[in-house]
Amino acid sequence: MQALRLSAYTLTSALGAGLSSHLDALRQQRGGIVKKHWETVESDVCVGEVAGLDQVQLRPELAAYDCRNNRLAQLGLEQDGFVASVQEAMARYGTGRIGVFLGSSTSGILSSEVAYRQRDPLTGSLPPEHRYRETHNAYSVADFVRHYFGLSGPAVVVSTACSSSAKVFATAQRMLAAGLIDAAIVGGVDSLCLTTIYGFSSLQLVSPEPCRPFDGERDGISVGEGAAYALLERGELAQAGDILLTGVGESSDAYHMSSPHPEGLGARMAMQQALLSAGLQPADIGYINLHGTATPSNDTAEGAAVLSLFGTTTPCSSTKGHTGHTLGAAGGIEAIICALALRAGVLPGGVGTRQLDSALPCHYLLQTREQALRHVLSNSFGFGGSNCSLVFSQVKA
Amino acid sequence: MSTTSIYLEGLSVLGPGMANWEATAACLRGEQDFVAAEVVLPAVMALPATERRRVGAAVKLAMATGFAAVADAAADAAQLANIFSSTGGDCDNCHNLLEVLASDERLISPTRFHNSVHNAPAGYWGIATGCTSASTSLCAYDATFAAALLETATQAWSSGQPCVLIAFDTAYPEPLYTQRPIPYPMGVGMVLSPQRTAASKAAMQLSFSQDALDVMADAGLEQLRQAIPAARSLPLLHLLASGQPGRVVIEYLAGCALAIEVAA
Repeated sequence: MQALRLSAYTLTSALGAGLSSHLDALRQQRGGIVKKHWETVESDVCVGEVAGLDQVQLRPELAAYDCRNNRLAQLGLEQDGFVASVQEAMARYGTGRIGVFLGSSTSGILSSEVAYRQRDPLTGSLPPEHRYRETHNAYSVADFVRHYFGLSGPAVVVSTACSSSAKVFATAQRMLAAGLIDAAIVGGVDSLCLTTIYGFSSLQLVSPEPCRPFDGERDGISVGEGAAYALLERGELAQAGDILLTGVGESSDAYHMSSPHPEGLGARMAMQQALLSAGLQPADIGYINLHGTATPSNDTAEGAAVLSLFGTTTPCSSTKGHTGHTLGAAGGIEAIICALALRAGVLPGGVGTRQLDSALPCHYLLQTREQALRHVLSNSFGFGGSNCSLVFSQVKA
Repeated sequence: MSTTSIYLEGLSVLGPGMANWEATAACLRGEQDFVAAEVVLPAVMALPATERRRVGAAVKLAMATGFAAVADAAADAAQLANIFSSTGGDCDNCHNLLEVLASDERLISPTRFHNSVHNAPAGYWGIATGCTSASTSLCAYDATFAAALLETATQAWSSGQPCVLIAFDTAYPEPLYTQRPIPYPMGVGMVLSPQRTAASKAAMQLSFSQDALDVMADAGLEQLRQAIPAARSLPLLHLLASGQPGRVVIEYLAGCALAIEVAA
């Protein structure tokens, strides 16, 4: 495929707002998952919560969009000079030539969860201030970002559970290749809500302690939240040191709604296609950011797929022990972590993992390593068997 | 600027008074009066019995729409990358979860939870067809059909392979129905190929436009166009039903309509 340049990028998660807090956390192997009382959940739960969302204020003309998810969307946008980079692109290309393609799994459904507790006892109606379109609807976060910048080009939300914000990179790549746009804001935003905390609990997939990816005694995820964005432009603009999206691979398990294919066939196909589209061999990849959710079956399937394609030598880790599983934002968060890894030459050691699963002899990093990287791979796999792998590369000096 | 052509190989419609494409096309050509009869959604026989019991109206609608489009193209569903697009996904299921989460006993069903993901119909489609190709599930509120057309065309061009588009919408029950009143379920399916083949029915070129939107002359159809995101496709379906070349502008996003140039 034609490579795309990440002209600007940023991320916000339980590790902090912006790139520098994340790079620091990766170097220090600091995690952000905390066991606490959250919203009206009866017992304490381990969450990767973003600090300060209650204090975020949307601009007055965007007040209809006010909800936890769009506050997180705005907080995330306003880090690392990302807004200025988008505005420069708007001046360069025009507002109609920049797409907005974001991933989210639950968008601002928390606002409807709360509104359903406040229904009129006589009529059953929701409180009049509830705004379904601007908060709960799956498109609301892309609508918010499009309005935030005053853009007039294409926009869509990809909602394929936990692969959502990896797949938007592929959507943008295809729209650029078709000549419909000159640049795209891609990324993902997903925020804590009752649906996912109770939902994953109903499937017995939530760990009582901070999650432990690829650990022999792993027992489930920790739900997190986050926002990540990249501004994508054509690769020919790239200069030495820039980060490129060089490969995308997508596949479906066609197996089960909530369990991965046990041998990771769909995961393997996505990784193979990503390598093929990048024109690379497995040995070219210096680090794999695993999906690594820390559920027993997910890590087993992904481990099998990684072993079958890469063997036991390629360094890999999951950063969900740092951030929690940010679900629809995870693909975007981990794409930006890959960009950081390339830029800083940091291979993140896992957080939370004590004793590696002996059945998964991948080269899983328990210690952060400083080493120059050229190409890295990021995996994102979701419910419904939706798989996406991305390859990022750094332009040689 | 227009894109290169994308070729329509298969087409399906399922909605109020639109039992299939042939009957819908006759209405659109004015050969039959449009009457918004209730929509009958068939059980998904392609799913194993255990899965079949777990699916509601949204999955049934998406499946029926997709299978009809694939059959019209005489294609193999297992070989087609697929794009599902819907404003609300499975709205009944979402409402049920919200009710349980607002109750004192928050014991939500694991099946309801995994059915709550926006890509649940796509997941069931994969199980039903065995298709392991790329699958994307989209939402763009009212712009859900145009967004799907763009995604499907660009996916077909990038992969060099035909892809299937399945746009479908159902309604929430009250209380959310008041905020999102979708009067009938409706699905529109298309198989789009990047190359002209013997099965090609029409060639389409896409471009963004500031021009005025095309609307439906029939009041009943125009009402549907405005009320159901999938029905924003009706002006395009009207042109396709005529068998004539032409250009339509359908609703996409504020400040950005989608113009479609149709040729033989």
